[in-house]
Amino acid sequence: MSLVAEASTQPAAAFRVTRSRRNVAWTGIGALVVVAVLALFPYIVYSGTTAILVQAFIVLTLASMWNLLAGYAGLVSVGQQAFVGLGAYFVVILGLHGISPFAALPFAAIACGVAALPLWWLVSRLRSGYFAIATWVLAATIMLFIERFSSIGGGSGMPLPGFTGYSSVLLTAYTYWAGLAVTVLAMVGIYLILRSRLGLVLTAIRDDEVAARSSGARVGLARMLVFVVAGVGCGAAGAVLAISQLQVQPSADFSVQWTAEMAFATIIGGLGTIEGPIIGTAVYMILQQTLASYNAWYLIVLGLVAILVALFARRGLWGLADEHLNVRLFPVGYWLRLGDGADRARRIRWRGSSSFPG
Amino acid sequence: MAWVNAIIQGVLTGGLYALFACGLSLMFGVMKVVNLAHGDLAVVAGYIAIGIIAATHVPVLWSFVIVVPVMAVLGYALQRTLIQSALDRGVLTTLIVTLGLSLVIENGLLQFFTANTRGIGTGLALVQDSFSIGSQIQVAWLLVVFFAVAVAALLGLQYFLSRSRYGRLIRAVADDQEAAQLAGADYRHVFGIAAALALATVALGGIAYGMYSDLDPTAGTDTILLFAFAAVVIGGLGSLWGTLLGGIVLGVAQQIGAQINISDELLAGFIVFLVVLVLRPQGLTSRRAQS
Repeated sequence: MSLVAEASTQPAAAFRVTRSRRNVAWTGIGALVVVAVLALFPYIVYSGTTAILVQAFIVLTLASMWNLLAGYAGLVSVGQQAFVGLGAYFVVILGLHGISPFAALPFAAIACGVAALPLWWLVSRLRSGYFAIATWVLAATIMLFIERFSSIGGGSGMPLPGFTGYSSVLLTAYTYWAGLAVTVLAMVGIYLILRSRLGLVLTAIRDDEVAARSSGARVGLARMLVFVVAGVGCGAAGAVLAISQLQVQPSADFSVQWTAEMAFATIIGGLGTIEGPIIGTAVYMILQQTLASYNAWYLIVLGLVAILVALFARRGLWGLADEHLNVRLFPVGYWLRLGDGADRARRIRWRGSSSFPG
Repeated sequence: MAWVNAIIQGVLTGGLYALFACGLSLMFGVMKVVNLAHGDLAVVAGYIAIGIIAATHVPVLWSFVIVVPVMAVLGYALQRTLIQSALDRGVLTTLIVTLGLSLVIENGLLQFFTANTRGIGTGLALVQDSFSIGSQIQVAWLLVVFFAVAVAALLGLQYFLSRSRYGRLIRAVADDQEAAQLAGADYRHVFGIAAALALATVALGGIAYGMYSDLDPTAGTDTILLFAFAAVVIGGLGSLWGTLLGGIVLGVAQQIGAQINISDELLAGFIVFLVVLVLRPQGLTSRRAQS
């Protein structure tokens, strides 16, 4: 008997819809503890370790944003480096007007969200391959435009202004906390979005765009909101990047490698889940740290792993774990719980697990 | 006169861009594959040419006789293995797999051949000589040759697609894959042939780029792929002669941009691309042409 038929034959009181089979509070408490411990790191570990973690925060933020774009909204952008670069350069521009980089960070992120609106207008009518091409060329165009202004360093970039008065210990700690704050806000934001009405629309688009449209979901509006949110998130990550490197450089900040890294971390971890980018970022950082002394090898291995996962484990590493263990750290879907025993609770999400966008 | 010069140079550069673009257009037109590794494969072709010239001392201009078949075989193999598996799983997987391939090729070249730039046939008279029209216009022979090669390649492709048995099969599969399958066409094999053709043109593009400018591992994505994208989109995705038109429009836009301000060359080209994208997203030639 199908799930829906089974549910509708039960008396009204015999089933209810819940977010999760387990108590969500434990995941919440666990997440709080992890964040609290991470926040204490500048006091207990060497600055080399915090620098590596700042990198991980940047990649995790970017991957989570790309996951929202490609995994939920079906927007396969190859041009998110545009926002990484813009975020970095907005920090510089505000810095030249005397604003400290840390105070400039939130404004840079919001400016990226505002910049996302006209860019969305340019690419919104395009789909799949066309969209990917257009976003990439758009990012290259923005980079060439930025390079025209010698006051912000032109083609060769410039050191970040506004760092006078910070001791190096304090600077390392502040950079780390900025990175941590951006990542936590990004993850919490995405979690709340996916639990909201918008999240329901996005999940519907992910599973079947035509069905979502015909049910009256405002697909275009949802996509625009996601593009703007991803612009804010990638811009914030770009601002953290500029702060952690103490400089900006067009060809590095606007490099397509950022999009490759965020896409591959998402794909390896598992597209269309909040947990995926976390796993993917961990894999990315492990590859990068173990192969760091072999120059470009970590990127070669990353590319190969991404190809293998995309072909042979399409739901990523988290998908593999989910299939066997049936866990979900961030419950954003719904469970149908039938009244005659907890073990009969079944998931509504992922029925027909081939719901891979594209 | 400077403007006439810019337009002449732009039109001729368009031939080179058409060489970059026609393979990309063919693969999109037939298999609906946006091959993000396109530019890197062109760089690979250029490096193979450099290796063959150094190892066998074949004349530089004849290196294509070896490189084109090698790339065609590589194209068939790639299509039958990696790209076909990706295609079976959807558009997103195809983009991810070709992006992965691009990252692997680019960093592989960087790892084994360093970031040094390399040219092809830098000492040749053809690469250096030019002729003049009037007193102010200098035209490089190399660009004229590229334009002729591009036109010849497009004519050859068109002839192949319209006249030969495999050409008809390719068009049939591109039009309606399932109907062609019902009629007995093995679409996987046909896709392989189309990819072989595409990479044969990529080989020409890679060698041409190595003679025109310098090759380095990042040239594939920074220059060749983006120019090919722009030319294809301006001309109309999936249209063969559209790529020549798109290449010419891109080349002229770049030269006029450079005329206004020398550092605006690339920006002008991409701005024209974006204008076309907004006003005419189906490209300048809206007809789905031969491919």
